[in-house]
Amino acid sequence: MMVLHIKGVTKSFGSLVANDNISLTLNEGEVLALLGENGAGKTTLLNILFGHYVADEGEIDVFGTQLSPGATDAAIDAGVGMVHQHFTLADNLSVLENIVLGTEPLTSWKLDTAQAKAKLTALANEFGMHIEPDKLVADISVGERQRVEIMKALYRGARILILDEPTAVLTPQEVDNLFITLRAMVAKGLSIIFISHKLHEILAISDRVNVLRRGCMVGEIATKDADRDSLAEMMVGREVSRPEVEHMEAGAPVIELGNVIVAGGRGHKPLLNGVSITIHKHEIVGLAGVAGNGQSALGDLLSGLRTPSSGTVCIAGDTVVDYSPRAFITKGIGRIPEDRHARGVVGDMTVWENMISENLREKPLWRFGRLIDFDACREFSRNLIEQFDVRCKTMEMPAKQLSGGNMQKLILARTLQNEPRFILANQPVRGLDEGAIAAVHERLLAAKRAGAGVLLVSEDLDELFALADKIVVIYHGNVSPPLSVGDVTVQDIGIMMAGDLSHGEKFDRAGAA
Amino acid sequence: MRLEPRESVSFWLVLFAPIGAIGVALVLTSGLILWTGESIIEAYVSLLKGAFGSRFALAETLTRATPLMLTGLAAAVAFRARFWNIGAEGQLYCGALAATYLGTGLVTLHPAIMVPLLFIGGALAGGMALLLPVYLKSKLSVDEVVTTLLLNFVILLFVNYLLEGPWRDPMSMGWPQAASIIDEGVLPRIMEKSRLHLGFIIGIISAVLVWVVMRFTVWGYEIRAVGHNPSAATFAGISVNLTVLRVALISGGLAGFAGVTEVAGLKGYLTLDLSPGFGYAGIAVAMLANLHPLGVIASAIFLAGIYVGADSMSRAVNIPNYIADVMVAVSVLAVLVSLMLSQYRVRFR
Amino acid sequence: MSDLLEIFLTAGFWAATIRIACPLILGTIGELICERAGVLNLGIEGIMTIGAMSGWMWVYQGGDLWTGLMFAAFIGALFGILHSMFTVHLGLSQHVSGIGITMLASSLSFFVFRMMLPSSTTPPKIVPFKPINIPGLSDMPFLGEAIFSHTPMTYFSFAVVPVVIYVLYRTPVGLAVRMSGENPMAVEAQGINVLTIRTAAVATGSAFMAVGGAYLTMSAFDAFYFGMINGRGWICVALVIFASWRPGKALLGALLFAGLDAMQVRAQQFAGGFIPYQFFLMLPYVLSIAAMIVMARRARYPKALLIPFRRGERI
Repeated sequence: MMVLHIKGVTKSFGSLVANDNISLTLNEGEVLALLGENGAGKTTLLNILFGHYVADEGEIDVFGTQLSPGATDAAIDAGVGMVHQHFTLADNLSVLENIVLGTEPLTSWKLDTAQAKAKLTALANEFGMHIEPDKLVADISVGERQRVEIMKALYRGARILILDEPTAVLTPQEVDNLFITLRAMVAKGLSIIFISHKLHEILAISDRVNVLRRGCMVGEIATKDADRDSLAEMMVGREVSRPEVEHMEAGAPVIELGNVIVAGGRGHKPLLNGVSITIHKHEIVGLAGVAGNGQSALGDLLSGLRTPSSGTVCIAGDTVVDYSPRAFITKGIGRIPEDRHARGVVGDMTVWENMISENLREKPLWRFGRLIDFDACREFSRNLIEQFDVRCKTMEMPAKQLSGGNMQKLILARTLQNEPRFILANQPVRGLDEGAIAAVHERLLAAKRAGAGVLLVSEDLDELFALADKIVVIYHGNVSPPLSVGDVTVQDIGIMMAGDLSHGEKFDRAGAA
Repeated sequence: MRLEPRESVSFWLVLFAPIGAIGVALVLTSGLILWTGESIIEAYVSLLKGAFGSRFALAETLTRATPLMLTGLAAAVAFRARFWNIGAEGQLYCGALAATYLGTGLVTLHPAIMVPLLFIGGALAGGMALLLPVYLKSKLSVDEVVTTLLLNFVILLFVNYLLEGPWRDPMSMGWPQAASIIDEGVLPRIMEKSRLHLGFIIGIISAVLVWVVMRFTVWGYEIRAVGHNPSAATFAGISVNLTVLRVALISGGLAGFAGVTEVAGLKGYLTLDLSPGFGYAGIAVAMLANLHPLGVIASAIFLAGIYVGADSMSRAVNIPNYIADVMVAVSVLAVLVSLMLSQYRVRFR
Repeated sequence: MSDLLEIFLTAGFWAATIRIACPLILGTIGELICERAGVLNLGIEGIMTIGAMSGWMWVYQGGDLWTGLMFAAFIGALFGILHSMFTVHLGLSQHVSGIGITMLASSLSFFVFRMMLPSSTTPPKIVPFKPINIPGLSDMPFLGEAIFSHTPMTYFSFAVVPVVIYVLYRTPVGLAVRMSGENPMAVEAQGINVLTIRTAAVATGSAFMAVGGAYLTMSAFDAFYFGMINGRGWICVALVIFASWRPGKALLGALLFAGLDAMQVRAQQFAGGFIPYQFFLMLPYVLSIAAMIVMARRARYPKALLIPFRRGERI
């Protein structure tokens, strides 16, 4: 039985067509995978289905009745539940409060928490999910948060569940558990749309795959007839080329962290709990870990934004005394921030103004005391824009109008033109399409060839295994010793990401010498 | 109703949107004039005449525009860096206090040194009034809106104390006012048979200087970066605390200038009614100018025109001169909306 | 020192504390409701002014006291809706819009007041709320004067707090308001319109502010003066921070603050000889700043405060 029918949906934002005449169907008890690169239009389509956006054209039928556009509550009432990629939970409210919001009429004078709690517990048991209703959302793990998101949908009686990139923040083992839950739901007659760009997950969980590319539906295939390569080619539209990783002899250490502790807030555990990492010339070290285990603190530390409570950081043999972004930049540390929009660029300033931001205080860009030399600045940016293939109409346009990939190229250009000896690459390809991903990876590999050491922080284990020479795992502010990529499997790293750092001890320590 | 960012914003739209908005604001306020029973045309004509209709009126308007320009710049600089200094009123009085302290006989110097001395003293005092809010914002993240606002009241009470106590001029027949600025410190008149004084020129020069700093210097770049996105600015190696401190000193200094021009240029001595809310009106000036330093010159003259014109209008026709404040407030809100709409397109769907 | 102690032993001090606290309670609760929904409302100073003027004017024109109060609340809500048009629907800076609202509301109050009562030298007066006599209780020694001989509006102001606590923490709409201030996307995802919730919260909060202003002209005094609010609105904004956005603590904060203010007035009588009175008058403002310093570290802002929410905006 067909439970959902999307008919000819088109949606454009200004001149960008995000969805171009898209149609798809979902049957009862089926897992439909929606595959597409970042920016292919998957999330837009779901937001239309869920009433966050209104489509320019097309309509949507749920269980045979047409859904009124632009109304989230209509979608919910029709039995559609959505688990957003970025969790829609409020931190300082309890799990129960997050779930019951919107279930009772706003004019009601009473919130029946006892009954709600009973219903929630019954539901959780039915699907074999563990949930603690009275805990604050701030106090629960990422995996638990995702369960709360799923419960939110089930609590409202969802028969169709849409999961938008649900595995991005999970360990491989948590992914397996999620898949078990999803199969239990399908067995009970629910239907699921699973959105991802990770091929092996799609092959593992789905019955049928629909592929989106640049806003268009480009193909449909039964999962049993598909394999990795064919799906990848459908998604990208050409053969996917993997970057060539050449193994190089690691050189002298470029950065050494010695037993670094970064204190948490008052009454909190330390964010980094005695971390020691050494990164050498000509090597890429991958940092694996579930989000929220201290990656941000480590990123801040290596960006010069945080001062350790104890321990030392040595850059090329010199112990750091001045922890500031300025000092780190001048010492040859290149930084690619985790959040491009929040930290990478000043969106309301022009492309060229963003290009010079780290070098503004250097002589050639100003004259007569403190007057900016506009000609020199524009020349400087023009060169970098060409060299790094940043595509923009003009460099006078505000940086926020750049696409994700071009914004990242701008940041790379600004960072790499200083020829840093160490590069902190924090989630460098998150949200980018394959073309941009390849470009970013190529740059990082080139920097490694030229002699830089790189710390690559990523939630995508495939990326780490493809690029890194060694992998370290971070858990609760502790970092494992480095492991050679050739010695370990994704499963081993997954076990360590879940907290068993000692699992790594049975392997030879890479670079212990 | 949805808002969509415009992909390209034309320069002319940004320039003319505020002017159109002010037109809308005047239409809206004419509703109030209608209520008073007076003729709208007559009212606006008498307002216009009172503001710009004669040499005397123009001189009065420019005299009134002088402190507004300076407090307007104070707000514009601070708001550019998202430092919400609502305390220009207090900083103005600090500047006036410094000018009174230095200019009433403490030292007697040649005017060419005396006048700059008063301005430097006023700027320092105005800037210092912001040190506490800046410290609290940077170290304890205490919201500067409330601290600067509340300090206005504290400073005004302190001025009140000085004028009724130790600083009261014995020759003032009991009025709470300070001694007069000595002749060497008085700002020369720049237009015959009017009250227009050197302060006006200083206001214009300040606006140009602020524009140069904001547009062409490393400091200006850093101020804009911090205002738009402090975490990206920090990441790129710009010290947010230092930039905010710099902005605060400039902003407080400009407001302090306004106090000096009023004491040493217009009144000649410090009183409690030195400023009828110039500090608050400066916020309106800055907003009407879309925080552009050169725009501040025009919007200060416009606002001064409304205030001066409304005074003479309320004498000519029977309309309370509070209409001026209403017109200013409505203009500010209308300009805000118009600037928003020049960046975004409204779609009803 | 014994003079100071004696102050606490007079029933008049406690009665004054309660009186001074009322407008602060209403204003602080109003601001708190707005901020819990994610909207800073710096229009408070102007909204309290126009509430004071419009409620008073209603009664002066022959209206009844209670309907006058409702009128003040209505006018306050209108300005709240205006503020939310700018900040919630158009996404303008909440700071800037709030200051604009304060300018507009205060100047309109003064204009309307002058228009309707041109050039009166002695300020015209109304018959304000009268203290009510509660049989038995009001005759008690000390407590009778301190607590049980206030106007109905005073009791109303205190009654507002538990009601707001109940609504905010025990009803679906309160949950939606709190959630809007923490993560509006979560509200939207559950099928509730964030913009409506925020608009309603700002309108309600502004109505409370206006009633707080009206307390001054209709219960504490009997006339409208220019500059009557005199920074009380800003003090309320500081008190919300002091209260860490919790209504119960807001009540305590307002009372503490009012107590210090009442003490200050009385302390002038014996210390006025050697400390100029201006320094006593500074106390409320200085204390507000001090309160913010004390609580700033511990304060837990509503996470979405100051951030406009645009439906379906592409990131």
